Amino acid sequence: MLTVEGLTTDYGAVRAVDGVSVQVGEGTITAVLGANGAGKTTLLRTISGLVRPRAGRVSLDGDELTRLPVEEIVRCGVAHVPEGGGVISELTVEENLRVAAVWRRGQAARPDEIYDLFPRLRERRTQPASRLSGGERQMLSIGRALVARPRILLLDEPSLGLAPLLVAQIMGFIRRFADSLGIGVLLVEQNARSALSVANRGVVLNLGRVVADQEPHQLAADERLRHAYLGF
Amino acid sequence: MTRFLDLTLSGISTGAVYAAVALALVLIWRATRVVNFAQGAMLMITTFIALAVINATGSYWLGFVAALLSGLVLGAVVERVLIRPVEGGPPLNPVIVTLGLYTLLVAVGGMIWGNTPRSFPAPFSLRGYRVGGTTLLFTPNDTFIVLIVLALALGLAVLFRATPIGLQMRAAAFRPEVARLLGVRVGRMFTLGWALAAVAGALAGVLIAPSVFLGPNNFDPILISGFVAAVLGGLDSPPGAVIGGLVLGLALSYVSGYEGSTLVPLAALAILVIVLMVRPTGLFAATRERRV
Repeated sequence: MLTVEGLTTDYGAVRAVDGVSVQVGEGTITAVLGANGAGKTTLLRTISGLVRPRAGRVSLDGDELTRLPVEEIVRCGVAHVPEGGGVISELTVEENLRVAAVWRRGQAARPDEIYDLFPRLRERRTQPASRLSGGERQMLSIGRALVARPRILLLDEPSLGLAPLLVAQIMGFIRRFADSLGIGVLLVEQNARSALSVANRGVVLNLGRVVADQEPHQLAADERLRHAYLGF
Repeated sequence: MTRFLDLTLSGISTGAVYAAVALALVLIWRATRVVNFAQGAMLMITTFIALAVINATGSYWLGFVAALLSGLVLGAVVERVLIRPVEGGPPLNPVIVTLGLYTLLVAVGGMIWGNTPRSFPAPFSLRGYRVGGTTLLFTPNDTFIVLIVLALALGLAVLFRATPIGLQMRAAAFRPEVARLLGVRVGRMFTLGWALAAVAGALAGVLIAPSVFLGPNNFDPILISGFVAAVLGGLDSPPGAVIGGLVLGLALSYVSGYEGSTLVPLAALAILVIVLMVRPTGLFAATRERRV
């Protein structure tokens, strides 16, 4: 269980994340929703250690992660797929997968296991990642995050720039990883409708604060919330 | 015709040294986006250490190994102690640090070893091969220089292409933040990059020292040539650095042979200016893939 308590992060003079608490249980998906600038990306970047919080605490099954270096937080089992995926264009598809496996040594997933999940990647294994389409990049970055067999997956806008059919496919994958691998997912999305379709819990952020933390069907039923923050 | 052959052969030999210097600059640029202006002074120090070991033990090869090992340590220490604190700040800061380090090392070298250039031994004969009745401008020692630089280039290629540590170094160089998110200890990769670069520089130092002599400022022209070679190769690409070094070595050898050696530094700078005007990404840029 990933537990975030009272996390507060400043970006210069701006308080981007303001006392946010969320939880992600094993095999569950918590969707973090909200408009541009609500602090969703900063929340993920603070959890994975890319930016330092001003206050608050992040822990995984009781072990404190706050203030550990980024690469040590990954090694605790928290994988962060940044906005846009962060595919390394200069490396081949397979090299992108292999670099994520190095620290895990024998326990990492082999590239073949990832190709079984995303067969499209197998056809392109020796090509530079710069040649991939948007959907393939998203598959590679999610597959790459799975290589080290994380317990928690932080996903930043996996639907960004994808066609609706692909978005549904990616959401389906995410649900499947939660169910079959027991991974807890913190899913940051602007596309609230598709995120809520697979989530177990929905958290709405506005100006860095949590304004709602409910079951997906409750969120979807709340007309005021929907109009004000979710855009559907 | 013999003259052309002579100039070609000696161009390949000096080009190999330029290639080693260019590799040193390229490895650091790739890893940390810093042009290491202290490289010439660093390889001066390691070459002096080699000479001290040679004089103390009487063995060239012990001195050779001492140069490479001291390069490894010096490169790692410089990155960890001087460069790390200014990383992530304004890009000019590490450049100023390397300029300061250059001044410091040259001064320290002069204080310890004096400013009079000293001769440095070569491991193999400096008498040219005899073919038929003529003596070529290419010596057994030149053969050694070309082979050892080739071995360095191949070793680096294997390291980067075929080992997990090389893969992590590339990932850290291309996308440091993403690499960290994948569990790569990026700081260590940068330290290793600097250490390997300094080894390449140390190698260049001991290889060229027999022909330029050893003094605090004697390697400055080599560093300029190495820099031009690195730019020629795209500054980003180790194979480009090797090819750039060889091309520059040949070009300067012809200039020196046909036009006179006084024109060589001018020609090197002219080539630099022309390359920057015509192909700013270098002749062998691996950078096109990066623009995507």
